[in-house]
Amino acid sequence: MDGMVDRLESGTIESTPNDDLLQERFDQLIADDQRIEPRDWMPDGYRKTLIRQIAQHAHSEIIGMQPEGNWITRAPSLRRKAILLAKVQDEAGHGLYLYSAAETLGVDREDLLDLLHAGQQKYSSIFNYPTLSWADVGAIGWLVDGAAIMNQVPLCRCSYGPYGRAMVRVCKEESFHQRQGFEILHTLSHGTPAQHAMAQDAINRFWWPSLMMFGPPDGDSPHSAQSMAWGIKRFSNDELRQRFVDICVPQAEVLGLRLPDPELRWNDERQHHDFGAIDWSELTRVIKGDGPCNAQRLERRVSAHEEGRWVREAALAYAAKHDRPNHAAGRQQNPRREKVSGAAGTAA
Amino acid sequence: MTTEVASAPTGGAADANGDPAGPTGNPPGSRRGWPLWEVFVRARRGVSHQHAGSLHAPDAAMALRNARDVYTRRGEGVSIWVVPSVSITASSPDEKDPFFDPALDKAYRHPTFYDVPEGVSHL
Repeated sequence: MDGMVDRLESGTIESTPNDDLLQERFDQLIADDQRIEPRDWMPDGYRKTLIRQIAQHAHSEIIGMQPEGNWITRAPSLRRKAILLAKVQDEAGHGLYLYSAAETLGVDREDLLDLLHAGQQKYSSIFNYPTLSWADVGAIGWLVDGAAIMNQVPLCRCSYGPYGRAMVRVCKEESFHQRQGFEILHTLSHGTPAQHAMAQDAINRFWWPSLMMFGPPDGDSPHSAQSMAWGIKRFSNDELRQRFVDICVPQAEVLGLRLPDPELRWNDERQHHDFGAIDWSELTRVIKGDGPCNAQRLERRVSAHEEGRWVREAALAYAAKHDRPNHAAGRQQNPRREKVSGAAGTAA
Repeated sequence: MTTEVASAPTGGAADANGDPAGPTGNPPGSRRGWPLWEVFVRARRGVSHQHAGSLHAPDAAMALRNARDVYTRRGEGVSIWVVPSVSITASSPDEKDPFFDPALDKAYRHPTFYDVPEGVSHL
């Protein structure tokens, strides 16, 4: 979300003979746990890693609107419908904060969208699974948003300032998402036997993909070490996954639902839950495009963008016709002065 | 400027010049689509507007509406300013040291600079 004041500053500083000095200053900032801001010199790899990660994160937010949007018209009550609408709107907002953060690194949102549409940038593979029942909306809120929060809270302290600030905002809003999912599942689980079965079925389908959201095991995650050294990542994939499992087990008990893992049990020695092996071939398959909904999600995204083109163009044409060069709009009226009528000139 | 923005599909990513504004009056990188606006929100009476983030919008009126939807969905503000990003001039990190240096060598600007005799209060 942070912005564009930041982004304005994003002009890349050309490499100069004192690259070593710049690198030294950058390393020192990281070592001191300070934040890197858009106009600071940064290594190419750092910039590229952040662009890729933030873009993928932003894409996930807007693609993530689809599986839930699927249920807006069929939510079981007006209350549920209003909540779901607000949640899906939040996801759009989260996408916007994140695209803004990415833009501070010198890329254009339009270009990032083109890359998404061309299949050259990814989004979280969890959104390639279908939402077959209303209970799936609950499972997404509880498990998928729960896993996302687990990943995102440490990102609030990411070494790149604009990304961290965007995540603070996202995390604040995300906690309602998780609770509404939990509430849906709790209600279904304690409803009729058919409703309980529906909730259980949703958990059965979403549990394992949720665990995959933390990424490959540490041993197979070649870039993790560098991201940790740069302060982009604060905890390893396996650490966060373990923490997530430990948190979910007692919550599942309250829900009265079973996590679909026969090997899941408390390990007194480790003071953690042991859990079964994850089928990583499934994740690879889904990432490569062979998930249940990959084609549908992307097709929907592209057509929404295309169908909205005339609106974007009409808005631009309107602005041009009314000849309000954007800065003139700012100058015409001093926004401070409008206060005069209200609170006796409380100009800040 | 708006029509120029609509055309001109360029593939490039980073603007390497460090130019605050491109030829279209847009900030670096933003060569297509809607121009960029900075959003400032006053959280409540008695405090100043603070930078909340940014967004793309075709004009000031839409920027204000979008800012309301994006940055104040939970009552975060009682007043919003939107400013075209190109109108903001920022200090450069390169000149950080010389630019802010004069502030550092005037310790006498701080009350702690002065010796106060024992027993003096309300000073």
